Amino acid sequence: MKVSVKERFFNDLHKAFESRIRLGIMSALAVNDLLDFNSLKEYLRVTDGNLATHLKALEKEKFIGIQKSFIGRKPNTKYYMTEVGKKAFNDHLKILEKLIKSQK
Amino acid sequence: MKNQQDYRRDIAEIRFMMERSSKFLSLSGWAGIMAGIYALAGLFIAYNVFGFNPDVIDYNTISTGSESFTLTEIITTAVLVLISALATAIYFSWKKAKNIGEKIWNATSRQMLTQMAVPLVTGGILIIVLILKNLVGLIAPLTLIFYGLALFNAARFTILEVKFLWEWYRLD
Repeated sequence: MKVSVKERFFNDLHKAFESRIRLGIMSALAVNDLLDFNSLKEYLRVTDGNLATHLKALEKEKFIGIQKSFIGRKPNTKYYMTEVGKKAFNDHLKILEKLIKSQK
Repeated sequence: MKNQQDYRRDIAEIRFMMERSSKFLSLSGWAGIMAGIYALAGLFIAYNVFGFNPDVIDYNTISTGSESFTLTEIITTAVLVLISALATAIYFSWKKAKNIGEKIWNATSRQMLTQMAVPLVTGGILIIVLILKNLVGLIAPLTLIFYGLALFNAARFTILEVKFLWEWYRLD
């Protein structure tokens, strides 16, 4: 029976959080209200294209939102965590915690 | 399928990313100690060598202490203390950043300096006005107030402030 409980946990683990980079984006946005593309790139140390792909994926899940503004004439895109994203991230942490505890 | 090791690594990764994106990890304790030593040295010079001891808020254009000190020398001392403290802070932080593989000039340090700059620049302008108006007695206490406000703003970027992070992972 224990196995089935564990299996259920695995299924609960959101696909969006399987990637280290996506998990990293969510972690950084969890403690910062707004972050721009370049800051995220600096923190995660990934290429532009790679980061853009993962941001798009998270945006599609509605986990993150985009705020567009201008600095002078240069467009500046900032990212933030949505309520849906916050809940998903919190749940993910809780599941991770349970998984680790169940295997102790 | 992931195993327990992977989950532990995930958690470590989350914690690391939260820290890196919100804390100025390269802040050096030595820089703080050295800044304090420079300040004490500056104080010693101002008080003992130049006899600077303003105990009145001075409204007169002829400063009461003008016979025992010149303001230019005091300000030069203060500027020298500031420059050495800043140079030391930058040097030690740069060294620490290199050690832990971080860049000293990253998004977090930029945010922290912006937060600190607001009260510091405000206070700086006010104090320059006070110097021009010969209100010497107010300068020392006001620098402390604005410095305190700057530190209050910077506090959330230092490692001591873990309350917020604590909320996110109530893991043991």
